[in-house]
Amino acid sequence: MSATPQLPPVARLEQKTVSDLIAKGKRLDERTPESYREIQIQTGIIEKANGSAQVYLGKSRILAGIKIETGEPFPDTPDEGVLTVNCELVPLASPSFEAGPPSEAAIELSRVVDRGIRESKAVDMKSLVIQKGKKVQVVYVDIYVLDHDGNLIDAAAMAALAALVTSKVAKMEVKGDEVIMKGGQHQLPLNNYPVAVTFAKIDKNIIVDPSLQEEQVMNARLTVTIDKNGDICAMQKGGLNGFTPDEVRKVVQMAVGKAAENRAKIMAAAKG
Amino acid sequence: MPEPKQPEKLIDDKGLRIDGRRLDELRPIKLEVGVLDKADGSAYIEQGKNKILAAVYGPREAHPKHIAMPERAVIRCRYHMAPFSVDERKSPAPSRREMELSKVIRESLEPVVLTDLYPRTTIDVFVEVLQSDGGSRCAGITAASLALADAGIPMREMVAACAVGKIQGKLALDLSDAEDKYGEADIPVALVPNAGLVTLLQMDGHLTLSEFEHGFSMALDACKTLHGMQRDALKKKYATMREAPEEREEAEVVA
Repeated sequence: MSATPQLPPVARLEQKTVSDLIAKGKRLDERTPESYREIQIQTGIIEKANGSAQVYLGKSRILAGIKIETGEPFPDTPDEGVLTVNCELVPLASPSFEAGPPSEAAIELSRVVDRGIRESKAVDMKSLVIQKGKKVQVVYVDIYVLDHDGNLIDAAAMAALAALVTSKVAKMEVKGDEVIMKGGQHQLPLNNYPVAVTFAKIDKNIIVDPSLQEEQVMNARLTVTIDKNGDICAMQKGGLNGFTPDEVRKVVQMAVGKAAENRAKIMAAAKG
Repeated sequence: MPEPKQPEKLIDDKGLRIDGRRLDELRPIKLEVGVLDKADGSAYIEQGKNKILAAVYGPREAHPKHIAMPERAVIRCRYHMAPFSVDERKSPAPSRREMELSKVIRESLEPVVLTDLYPRTTIDVFVEVLQSDGGSRCAGITAASLALADAGIPMREMVAACAVGKIQGKLALDLSDAEDKYGEADIPVALVPNAGLVTLLQMDGHLTLSEFEHGFSMALDACKTLHGMQRDALKKKYATMREAPEEREEAEVVA
C-alpha cells in the first residue's frame, strides 16, 4: 500500500528560506531556476560489466551497470530481445534508504527510466535475437544510487544511457541445439538517446533539476523524457500537489532544450 | 478466455474506432455511489469493459502507530487487479506496476483531501479492478474520488481522470485495451477542475510537442465532462435517500 511519505522536520524549517529565494529567481546553491547542477560522467569503470557509467549530478552519485546474457524471449515477442531496468536505493546513499524489498520510490524510479528507454526504442531489440523464439540476448540495466542529493530520475536516466552507449555484446551463434560464443564483441546497437528532464514546482515557481533540499519542500515534480528528435517519449508527475495546465505546457517546451544540452554531455563523455 | 487477435485497423475508413466510437468520444460510463455495506464510502465505475470498485475507510486510527503524522492524516492507497481481470491470469501478489499505480493514484488525490482536519489518522483508499479494459488507473481515480465524497471526508472537490492516446497517428480519447496495446502513445491525466490543477500526468510512447498539446487539451476537456458525471452520480444517491420510506414501499408494491 502506498502511504503519504513523512517529511523530515528540518525541511519544514527550511521551506520558507528555499521558497523565498526561488521567488526572487535565486537558489541556495546559486543556480538560476533553469540551470542544472554540474554534470560529470565517467564510463567503462566496471570491467566485468558489458557497459557501465557513473554520473555525478551535483552531489547525487549514480552508477549504472549493464549485463548482457543469453536467455529466452517473451512468448508474445519472439523476434525481440529482452530489456529490464532495475534501480537499487542502496542504504549507504541516504539516511532515508533502508535495506529490504524495493520501496515504491525505487520502483517508480526504475519504471520511469525503463519507460524512457523502452518507449523511445533506444535499444535495437530486433538485433538481440540469436534464434527466433528460442534464444535472445537479455539486457539488464542495473542502476545503483550511491549518494542521494536529489533528482535521481535524471541522474539515473543519464547513467543508464551512458552505460548503454558504451556497452559491448559478445557475438553469438547457433550450433545444433547450442548457442555458443563466436568470439569477439560488437557495440550494442542503439536507435535513440532518451534524456529525462525533471522540474519541480515550489510555491508558484518552476525550477529544473531539484536538489534534495528543494525536493523536500516542493509541491510537485514533473519529468519529461525527450528523444533524439525532440519528441516526447515518457512523462511522470510526482509529489503531493499538482501543476496547472499552463505550467505543464511551459515545462514540456523547456524540457526539449535542456534534454539536448544534457544529451550532448552524455554523448561526449561516452565517446571520450 | 482466448486473447483477442490484433485488429487489422484501429480506425476504419469512416474514421471510427474498433468499438464504433469517434476519436473524441468517451466509452459508455456508469457510476454508482454507496455500493458497499461496510466501507465508510464506496463507488463503482464501469467504463467500457472496465469494472472497478473503490472503497474508503477512515479517517481511522493509524496502524501501526508510527505511520501517523502529527499535523495531518496519512492517505494510504492500494490499486489492485483481480487475477481474473485480464486475459491471462494475473498473480494476486502486487506487481511493480500496481505499486507504481498505487503511488500515482494516491498522489492524484492528496491535494483535494483536507487532511489537516484529521491529524494522527489514516484515510485508506482501496481500488479493486474486477475487469480491466485500458485506462483503469483513470477510472480508478474517478471512482476513488466518489468513494471519498461518499465517506463524507471533507474535500475541496472531486478529481476526475481520463486518458488520451495516439492510434494510427491520430489522437484518440479514452483508449480501450486493444488501442492501448497496439497504439503509439498513452497519456493518463487527472484534473481537479475548479482549482485547475493537474494531479496525475504520465505518458509513454511517442508524441511530438504539438500532438502532446492537442492531446493534453482533449484529456482536460474529458476530465471536465467526467466531473459532471461524478456530481450527478453523487446527487443521485441522495435523491433516492430523500424519498420517504412509505412512498418507496408503495412504489415497490405498484412495480
